Amino acid sequence: MLQIHQLHKSYAIGDSSLHVLKGIDLEVEEGEMVAIMGSSGSGKSTLLNIIGMLDEADSGDYVLDGLPIKNLTEKKAAVYRNKFLGFIFQSFNLINYKNALENVALPLYYQGMKRRERQEKALFHLEKVGLANWAKHLPKELSGGQKQRVAIARALAANPKLLLADEPTGALDTKTSYDIMAFIQQLNDEGKTILMVTHEEDIANMCKRIVRLRDGVIMEDTKVQQVRAEQYV
Amino acid sequence: MFDLDLWREIFQSINKNRTRSLLSGFTVTFAILLFTILFGIANGLKNTFKEAFGTDANNSIVIFSGRTSVAHNGLQAGRKIQFKNEDRDFLLDKFGDKVQYFTSKVNKNVNASFQGEKNSYEVRGVYPEYMFIENNVLKEGRYINQNDIDNKTKVVVIGKVVEDDLFFKVNPIGKYINLSGIPYKIVGVFTDDEGDSEESVIYMPISTTQSIYGNNDYVDLMHLTYNPEMNSDQALAFGNSIKRSLKEKFDVARKDQRAIRLFNMAQGTKQVDVMTFSLTIIILVIGFGTLIAGIVGISNIMIFIVKERTKEIGIRKALGASPRSIISIILIESIIITAIAGYVGLLVGVGVLEFVGPSLEQYFIKDPGVNNGLVIGATLTLIIAGAIAGYLPAKKASRIKPIVALRND
Repeated sequence: MLQIHQLHKSYAIGDSSLHVLKGIDLEVEEGEMVAIMGSSGSGKSTLLNIIGMLDEADSGDYVLDGLPIKNLTEKKAAVYRNKFLGFIFQSFNLINYKNALENVALPLYYQGMKRRERQEKALFHLEKVGLANWAKHLPKELSGGQKQRVAIARALAANPKLLLADEPTGALDTKTSYDIMAFIQQLNDEGKTILMVTHEEDIANMCKRIVRLRDGVIMEDTKVQQVRAEQYV
Repeated sequence: MFDLDLWREIFQSINKNRTRSLLSGFTVTFAILLFTILFGIANGLKNTFKEAFGTDANNSIVIFSGRTSVAHNGLQAGRKIQFKNEDRDFLLDKFGDKVQYFTSKVNKNVNASFQGEKNSYEVRGVYPEYMFIENNVLKEGRYINQNDIDNKTKVVVIGKVVEDDLFFKVNPIGKYINLSGIPYKIVGVFTDDEGDSEESVIYMPISTTQSIYGNNDYVDLMHLTYNPEMNSDQALAFGNSIKRSLKEKFDVARKDQRAIRLFNMAQGTKQVDVMTFSLTIIILVIGFGTLIAGIVGISNIMIFIVKERTKEIGIRKALGASPRSIISIILIESIIITAIAGYVGLLVGVGVLEFVGPSLEQYFIKDPGVNNGLVIGATLTLIIAGAIAGYLPAKKASRIKPIVALRND
């Protein structure tokens, strides 16, 4: 599904440069649910952004589903992001003047899908996250948990191969967090590959594998016994 | 290709971000409104100038004669200079190529009567060309022609006021009017938009006037129009050379200012030209300034809009928007807003001019109006400026890495 080899990334800070990723090797199989952990500054978000083609590596190889991701034009990156990846952000990143349904339908718009089909599909996904009744509501009329559900529905809409979540529960209270995690686990049960950045142990333990980063290198990569989130809900 | 979805996206964005759309639209509306009103007022001022100048051919030169004030060539001062018919031939011979129309003129005052109605009027004995010099418009009948001059026919052309005064419900054409005891056949009625005084005049062939009222070939004054292609400087020089040759002909000293006087409209034309020119410059500066203010305004707003939408751009890019679609969404939105706003400004501006225009006449602003092409041009300029001002930041924004855009809070 995903192979990363000797990935390096530095950021220029004034005259000096900050070496954030110092040779990452990572393989993820289809159907896995991986938590990337680490303290802030460990490079976990940078890694996720590179995997998500939101950022570019300085050197190293990255192959996604057999496709080498390197020197992509903006246009090509856009197409790949749309086709292969679904994003879930800590701050939801919904477009505030579009209602829930329109937000979910946006990736489909960029796929060139017809309006009617788009709306049907978006509604289907909203139903799946249990928000069909909120389709016409704007983000500001939704709670944090609901917003994240809309964001998940949007991430799922284009039927991506890989779901990337950057601290998906970071802005939510514990109960809502478990709620969202239960849902993400359910997606994984259905076969979706999921990669998630978090710094919360309990959330990480709800994944099947934990990769720990420190100072830009992988310190530990272990399979864990998944804690089901339903039991807390 | 018409992409309905793209337009839906754009109109949703315009509609849902009303404050932003209205603000940027307002800048353009205001710029075009100011532009329209300023241009309209300036045009109104120009119209007032033009009107003040009247419809007389404004390339006229009138030549009068008087008494000499200086002794010259053995002739003493105080001698009366009298123009005659031959002076017309003399001038036409000499300056024919520079003259458009030429008439000599004899003025008399007469008591006119028709079937008991009486009044006194000015009679002008003229050549047929006089009609063009005065810009008279024939209401009925014909004007004096060369045949009348040759045969000294007793025909007259009367002004509209004369017709109104003396003829009640009778068509004057073909009737005989009695001028100080002599009947003349009326062959035409004319109007003159300079008003009543110019319409209470009776025209007669100059040869007839001369034979009846003096039996001589004396001429009171000569009136000509110069070739309209001459500019005012050339026309002033032309006037001076006429004066000089007449002075030579009549043995008048060069410095004698009284014997031969010449009124050259080019003097006034030149002043009006200078006035209009400076007015035009002022208008251009103001109009240009307004446009630049508008351009700066719309540019600022476009930069601000792109900044404000950076996060949205990041989201869209993460969801698979190509750079091109990002640019087109921002650009088309700006073009639509500027176009609509510019049109509104044009409508409001023209409306204001239309509405308050008539009440401005007392401030020397007559018929303020604008050339639609000009305002549309100004609007297009703003649209293009807005598009360019939006394009650069939009292009930049479309290239930002999504992760940077998303971090932008």
